[in-house]
Amino acid sequence: MQVNEYKPLIVAFCCNWCSYAGADLAGNNRLNYPADVKIIRVPCSCRVNPMFILRAFQRGADGVIICGCHPGDCHYTSGNYYTRRRMALLFSMLDYLGIERERTRVEWVSAAEGAKFAATMKDFAEKVASLGENKRLEDLRCKK
Amino acid sequence: MQRIGVFVCHCGTNIAGTVDVKAVAEALKNEPGVVFSTDYQYMCSQSGQNMIKEAVAEHRLTGIVVCSCSPRMHEATFRKTAQAAGLNPYMVEIANIREQCSWVHKDMPIGTEKAVILAKAAVAKVNLNAPLTPGESPVTKRALVIGGGIAGIQTALDIADAGFPVDIVETKPTIGGKMAQLDKTFPTLDCAACILTPKMVDVAQNEKIRIFSYSEVTDVKGFVGNFDVTIKRKARYVKEDVCTGCGLCTEKCPQKNVPNEFNLGMDNRRAIYIPFAQAVPKVATIDPNYCTMLKTGKCGVCSKVCTAGAIDYSAKDEYIEERYGAIVAATGFNPISMEKFDEFAYSQSKDVITSLELERLMNAAGPTGGTLLRPSDGEHPHTIVFVQCVGSRCAACEQKGKEYCSKICCMYTAKHAMLIRDKYPDTDVYVFYIDVRTPGKNFDEFYRRAVEEYGVHYIKGMVGKVSPEGGKLKVQASDLIYGKQLHIDADLVVLAAAIEPDKSARGLATMLTASMDTNDFFTEAHPKLRPVESPTAGVFLSGTCQGPKDIPETVAQAGAAASKVIGLLAKDKLLGNPCVAHSDEMMCNGCSTCEKVCPYGAITYQDKEFRMPDRTTKVRRIAVVNEAVCQGCGACTVACMSGAMDLRGFSSKQIMAEVDAICK
Ligand SMILES: Cc1cc2nc3c(=O)[nH]c(=O)nc-3n(C[C@H](O)[C@H](O)[C@H](O)COP(=O)(O)OP(=O)(O)OC[C@H]3O[C@@H](n4cnc5c(N)ncnc54)[C@H](O)[C@@H]3O)c2cc1C
Ligand code: SF4
Ligand code: SF4
Repeated sequence: MQVNEYKPLIVAFCCNWCSYAGADLAGNNRLNYPADVKIIRVPCSCRVNPMFILRAFQRGADGVIICGCHPGDCHYTSGNYYTRRRMALLFSMLDYLGIERERTRVEWVSAAEGAKFAATMKDFAEKVASLGENKRLEDLRCKK
Repeated sequence: MQRIGVFVCHCGTNIAGTVDVKAVAEALKNEPGVVFSTDYQYMCSQSGQNMIKEAVAEHRLTGIVVCSCSPRMHEATFRKTAQAAGLNPYMVEIANIREQCSWVHKDMPIGTEKAVILAKAAVAKVNLNAPLTPGESPVTKRALVIGGGIAGIQTALDIADAGFPVDIVETKPTIGGKMAQLDKTFPTLDCAACILTPKMVDVAQNEKIRIFSYSEVTDVKGFVGNFDVTIKRKARYVKEDVCTGCGLCTEKCPQKNVPNEFNLGMDNRRAIYIPFAQAVPKVATIDPNYCTMLKTGKCGVCSKVCTAGAIDYSAKDEYIEERYGAIVAATGFNPISMEKFDEFAYSQSKDVITSLELERLMNAAGPTGGTLLRPSDGEHPHTIVFVQCVGSRCAACEQKGKEYCSKICCMYTAKHAMLIRDKYPDTDVYVFYIDVRTPGKNFDEFYRRAVEEYGVHYIKGMVGKVSPEGGKLKVQASDLIYGKQLHIDADLVVLAAAIEPDKSARGLATMLTASMDTNDFFTEAHPKLRPVESPTAGVFLSGTCQGPKDIPETVAQAGAAASKVIGLLAKDKLLGNPCVAHSDEMMCNGCSTCEKVCPYGAITYQDKEFRMPDRTTKVRRIAVVNEAVCQGCGACTVACMSGAMDLRGFSSKQIMAEVDAICK
């Protein structure tokens, strides 16, 4: 049991067609996951501009996760492939800047995978919580 | 500044059970832009919606945030409400505080806190919303069907039946596809020609249908409602409107040794030919690869015998352009090449044949007049071995075959075995299989009949090798159930070759910007819910070009595709999705990056004149998004390094505002 209960702040970008629907299904099935996760709906995971992620960290997020349709299942055919490549690049750069690899993640969650959505969020929130506050970026952060 | 109203829904106790809705409404009151905030039992009910309408009028609201269930549930409802209240429907945002909050969190303070944050994010977004109007485009009320097999035929007939004109483009000189080559068809054993040829005649006689046979689609431009298609009409050297199909030329042509593709090369045709007696259109075609007149300028027999004067040796390929509202791909399938399966000695012995060749050998109009004879010596075969799954379900042998199940082979082999045992009861028939797969109405009964009534020897096992020896085919196989090796001296070996999409399909898919799977079958927009639509608006799928299918399934899908086309053509104009990309011409530098990532080919470039501060003008290349084609994925917005490309409804500023609201 953690004594001083620290709550991470997690931003989850979910694509409208698969992952957002997967999150809805987790809701329908009342599958609990940490409330630290706040979802932003985007049409496709490929809509997520690296800028949004930088902004989230700059504003004090402790973790950012991007969820899209499984490879081959993208509603727009190929969007998630762009996401995969873009994020691989961005995450390694963030790692270099001091945002640990575990604070960023890309996951594929289909509209049928409510359980996977809840489990993924739980796991991610726990990992981020174990890293503690995202302090190493303090210099770059605007948060006081 | 917007004047935003916030409406927090209790959803009975669904939300109110874990979220303090009153506290949420209260907390939102002081958010920038919010001028009104309240809660209600059921926002989506009639009285809930009326409450929104009244609030819009009373507080002169310009934007609405509904904190309720998922937008996938009621976004459309509340957009309609907004519209009825005189607002632009896109000035509404939903904070999903049920599925993604009250239902997944158990603790009231935690749920309430999160609901407030989600609502604030929605308010931040609405503050930056702009009214959006979906674009309108007209619909050309004509459909194009590519491929004239049973799939294309059925689709065209159904569309024409609803009163819309349809064109069929078919590469071969006749429509009919593979079904025209079959003998009898499972599971009813009615003859393929008897059920197909009347439909072909219907197509020919239907005033609404034009057939472009011996033709190909060479270019597709435009988008749903208005596709501009170029069709190449290959030179046939016979005037289609003059030829009466009498067939005299095909008897007199001295060039007799052309392999007849309709009989899969098992006999010959002339250089001028009509593929089969019931061909539609029934006109002759000259094969330029074999015609002596076309090759050397000497001969001209056909032109002399043709009383109608239909022969024209100087004919050239023609290109026609036509506009269509919808396009249906119905390009069908082909059995795979047996080249890589030489363990079955296909290339070494004429008596090793594919199932489609067997269809021709059993067909009354085939090379043997319907009597089953060995291709090598014309003798009646006494022992016949069928090998199932040749090249299908071949996960390990990816280089050789296909990973998938071809679906139709189990059934047609049961049919073949049964027909042979029926006609030639003295024949021993063996079928080697991995599994017998017969799901389908009356299918398993059909297969059981082959085993029980017709005494076909079904053996679970693999054929390892076929070696031609002294007029026989030595078949080495294993029987997996009895665990022993078998040696059978066969007279005929029939390979159930896997089927694959037509080779031309990939090029066509590129032209249509329709997507394909790794096996080159067309992909459907949704595997369960939109099985006959391609992800590209206005492009539909019919028949085996989408995946292996038998005739009943093909016809069902063909009808479904037709009904989707009819639904589209019945509209006078199409309303687009207004949440599309647009590029800021002042920021765009014409680099072309965005065009490359767009899966729909929605982006083109334009040279535009700009006035410079010094009053000179300068021409710059800028990106232009075709709003009717853009599906709003946003791929281009991230690819654009100038920050010129943005997505309406999900603009960078809006998403950034949501991030800020959440990370406060
Ligand atoms: C040996 C064998 C036996 C069978 N027996 C049975 C049976 O007993 N019962 C049953 O239900 N099913 C049977 N089938 C399955 C049946 O043949 C198919 O379900 C049916 O033919 C599929 O029709 P289709 O129109 O999709 O494809 P096809 O018949 O392949 O027609 C496609 C058409 O499109 C044309 N085309 C291709 N590319 C282009 C292009 N780029 N531009 C223009 N035209 C193009 C082709 O020339 C062809 O005419 C059998 C199949 C085989 C191989
Ligand atoms: S949003 Fe997607 S579909 Fe629209 S232009 Fe950009 S890449 Fe193409
Ligand atoms: S990527 Fe951006 S700058 Fe380049 S052409 Fe497209 S909109 Fe213009």
